[in-house]
Amino acid sequence: MLAQTLASLVDGILLGFVYGLAAMGLSLIWGVMRVINLSHGAIMALGMFGTYLLFTHLGLNPYLAILLMAPASLLFGFLVYGVAVHRIINAPYLSSLLATFAVNMMVIGIGTAVFTTSLYNVDFSLGTVRAGVLALPGTRLTAALAALLITAALYLFLYRTRPGKAIRAVANNRAAAELMSIPSAQVLALSFGIGTMLAALAGGLITTFFPFTILSGSGYQSKSFVICVLGGLGNPLGALLGGLILGAMEGLIPIVLPVSWVPVVEFTLFVLILLIRPSGLLGART
Amino acid sequence: MKRVLSVLTLLLMVALLASCARPTPTPTPPPPQPTEAPAETAPPTEAPTPTPVVKTVIIGFTASQTGKLNVESTRQINGLTLWMEQVNAAGGLKLADGTVVRFEARFYDDESNKDRVQELYTRLINEDKADFLISPYSSGLADAAAVIAEQYGKIMITTGAASDSTYKKGYTLVYQTYTPASRYLTGAFDLLAALDPTAKKVAIIHETDKFSTDVCTAAKAYGESKGYEIVLFEGYDSGTADFAPFINKIPAGTEAIMGGGHFADGSTFARQLYEKGVPVKFIALLVAPPEPKFAELGDAALGIVGPSQWEPQAKYNPEAAQAAGLEWYGPTVEEFVSAYKAKYNEDPSYHSAGGYAAGLILQKAIEAAGSLETEKVKAALDGMAIMTFYGDIQFDTSAEAHGLQIAHQMVYIQWQKDAAGNLVKQVVWPAEAKSAEALYPLSR
Amino acid sequence: MKPWRQPGFWLPLLLVLVGGGVALVLRKDTLREMMFTLLMYVALASSLNILMGYTGYVNFGHIVFFGLGGYTGFYLISQHGWHLIPAALAGGLASALLAALLGLAVLRLRGAYFALATIGINEAARAFVNNFGPFGGPTGLFVNFAVYREYGGAPQALWLTYTLLVITTLIVVGLSYWIKNSRFGLGLLAIREDEDAAMVMGVRAPTAKTLAYVVSAFFPGIIGTLFFFKNGNVEPGDAFRLHMSIEVLVMIMLGGNGTILGPILGAAAYERLRGYLLTSPLFKSLHLAFAGLALLLIVLFIPAGFIGWLRRRFPFLRRWLE
Repeated sequence: MLAQTLASLVDGILLGFVYGLAAMGLSLIWGVMRVINLSHGAIMALGMFGTYLLFTHLGLNPYLAILLMAPASLLFGFLVYGVAVHRIINAPYLSSLLATFAVNMMVIGIGTAVFTTSLYNVDFSLGTVRAGVLALPGTRLTAALAALLITAALYLFLYRTRPGKAIRAVANNRAAAELMSIPSAQVLALSFGIGTMLAALAGGLITTFFPFTILSGSGYQSKSFVICVLGGLGNPLGALLGGLILGAMEGLIPIVLPVSWVPVVEFTLFVLILLIRPSGLLGART
Repeated sequence: MKRVLSVLTLLLMVALLASCARPTPTPTPPPPQPTEAPAETAPPTEAPTPTPVVKTVIIGFTASQTGKLNVESTRQINGLTLWMEQVNAAGGLKLADGTVVRFEARFYDDESNKDRVQELYTRLINEDKADFLISPYSSGLADAAAVIAEQYGKIMITTGAASDSTYKKGYTLVYQTYTPASRYLTGAFDLLAALDPTAKKVAIIHETDKFSTDVCTAAKAYGESKGYEIVLFEGYDSGTADFAPFINKIPAGTEAIMGGGHFADGSTFARQLYEKGVPVKFIALLVAPPEPKFAELGDAALGIVGPSQWEPQAKYNPEAAQAAGLEWYGPTVEEFVSAYKAKYNEDPSYHSAGGYAAGLILQKAIEAAGSLETEKVKAALDGMAIMTFYGDIQFDTSAEAHGLQIAHQMVYIQWQKDAAGNLVKQVVWPAEAKSAEALYPLSR
Repeated sequence: MKPWRQPGFWLPLLLVLVGGGVALVLRKDTLREMMFTLLMYVALASSLNILMGYTGYVNFGHIVFFGLGGYTGFYLISQHGWHLIPAALAGGLASALLAALLGLAVLRLRGAYFALATIGINEAARAFVNNFGPFGGPTGLFVNFAVYREYGGAPQALWLTYTLLVITTLIVVGLSYWIKNSRFGLGLLAIREDEDAAMVMGVRAPTAKTLAYVVSAFFPGIIGTLFFFKNGNVEPGDAFRLHMSIEVLVMIMLGGNGTILGPILGAAAYERLRGYLLTSPLFKSLHLAFAGLALLLIVLFIPAGFIGWLRRRFPFLRRWLE
């Protein structure tokens, strides 16, 4: 029983790292510009397909493919920001919700036309690490490690570089930042781009151990909402923590309940936290 | 700039609203390729006979050209198309009164989506004027289509649909080609008992769709009646990619795993079981193992057993039919396999055979009825008892389970390595049909 | 102000009546099927408009009421043999009750948090119904075909369902007009503009919002029951499609948020476009992309929707285009 619990917990936490990475993008965009990016899932799916295409057609190692995708997804984020979000950055929240949702529909629509909703798989294996009762697939370990590294890189970027500090300034108070001669439009575009980049990277990592379809992103997007609310919208580190908590929950709940109850618990928790402590466990950046 | 864009957007909206006034054009779906042989109007007999009436019967169905069911559905449609081509090429079906019946297909993509199925079958019946219907692939979709068929009074032959529950709903015009779910996985327990009478602990992990749930619930009941202990019985959502929570729940000491669902999740489950190195001795999964594509899993596929509605190694033939006192109908196994291979460049799977068999059943019923009227064809179906390359066909005619398939049997295959080290399917159960001994236990 | 004297009241009702009535008069099955889907979306859009258009609270999970109300009604029909009409009403009441309970909890949230919460509710409801035994779990519920005999056969049952839908749509549209022009509606509009100021002016915001939420939830419950009865079965996957919620939202935005005619025209336009794109082999897979593009353009350039734009541009039409 203990062995089973341990195995489930470790499995869940490894997955939680990647969930956290996925949610980080959403959290950052919300924190900086108060926009809930409803195209988050679609961009994750794009990341998945990008990795798949590079892996299958160019024979690249998936991790290399993911690295190559990073600048592409950053640019894509700039594009989405410029087209959909910039005009309505100051409009009521309904507009930004619907605008990002429209982008979601377009990406899914075109993606379905190109890839159909069939299942795709990146056939890549790093073997399995055995440690006592644990059987950890190598790909999941690597993904967790990659998520940690990317989080560290993001943290360094936000706290040790000028653009990063500019982002934090705009998140804190956009008007004041503009008075301090920070070009807020460019900073907003940059943060949106980083947000989409994180989403695409997370999607790419997920392909190394799960099969996926063009619609898989929406499942992870729902989890990202829960994680952001758990960890506090606007705090990337909070997103990672939220991801770990969600992963642990997904690993442990099935031990006592049938697995199909997990989404019920997740979303009930989600609604409860929104009601009781909307700023999340680590508090939001105001 | 803003004005220009506003005006453009407005024009777009006006166009949308204007399109409300015009009715939607009814597009004709693309005909299945290749096109049918040119029609013969005069039968090739010596005695002069008047030119027979040629009637075109429209067969309506939906195909899952996209979506998660597309692999299996494509095979099924291939089988059905081959049948239609062969009948039309032979000059059509000749009825007793001299009418020549040719078949034409009308189909749409249902996107593996239930809602689309009901919309599309309504369209097939009302606008495309389909005379007979074939079901979509999968119990869930077939169930949705059956309601529409019954509502509009059209006969539907279901294929690729094994769930028993569809036939317990009081329908009178729906007939099943596949062996029903209640007899789907029960043979796996019989096989396990024959291989290892001491193995008693079985975990069942299944997809929570209609078909897989029906199969596994019936299997559980059967297993328990035979003295097996079902240590785990859980369902996973369709489209699940992460089986780790389920795998972690399998208790230590479990000797066999059964279950699965359709191809996508079944193969993912098999792969993850292998990755996690779960030490079981016997694995039997639904739908996925008989698919030739399953071999792509490599070592993860080795030793996995799967129930199949039909395999090319099946031993149905006219002599066996005579011995059993049944009428033989349709091509032999070899004829079907070679025709299929010639046309599609791949081996037929049981989905293909099921598709072909559905057409064959309809053909036999129309022939026996001598007419295209629903009542007469229905009577012919009710009284059918034949053997085909696909197996025995007979339908339940009681009020509680009308249309259920009662004669057809399942065979069980297992992936094994041949002398060259390639993965091949072998039939391992029942004993009279087997082509090789089963591999037991699995080396995990 | 007497609604029955205003052309703004008659025009939408007439549109729905004519649109729905054509199928009844001509008695054609295909037309009925098409109008059923259309009217279903018109009614859903109009009911969502009561909450979203008047109070400004974006509800992404509107479909939850369709699903749960429909499930309840269908459960009563299939397991307890109720007649369609009381079962549909019961389904509506179940949804309304759920809305009242949820509203107490969730309507305290403002803005985007409320929108997120509604997404969460939809997912939780679907997962819950998936596990809930009496509702059939993942395999859902079905109705034995013999049930249709109670209504004089399947065709009669289908026509009855359609007629009920037409009546329901007329009621929703009429009700949304009546609300808009009542004191209650004025309070809702005030909440939309500035909730705190409205409360200062004496509008009991929590009660008003909850009432709007409940009213907007009642009709989807009825419609859900009718829809599932027509299909003969229901499964969790069909009943809680987030996609349908979003499409209803697009319809409202397309036509005009907060107007009466807007949801009707928006639903009609969107459905026609979708129907055309779906059966055309070229655009089949792109209908979602087109819808997304349309939505984006509307949100960026004409957020008031078609009717809203018309009203602003041609003030003399305001009497006619509510």
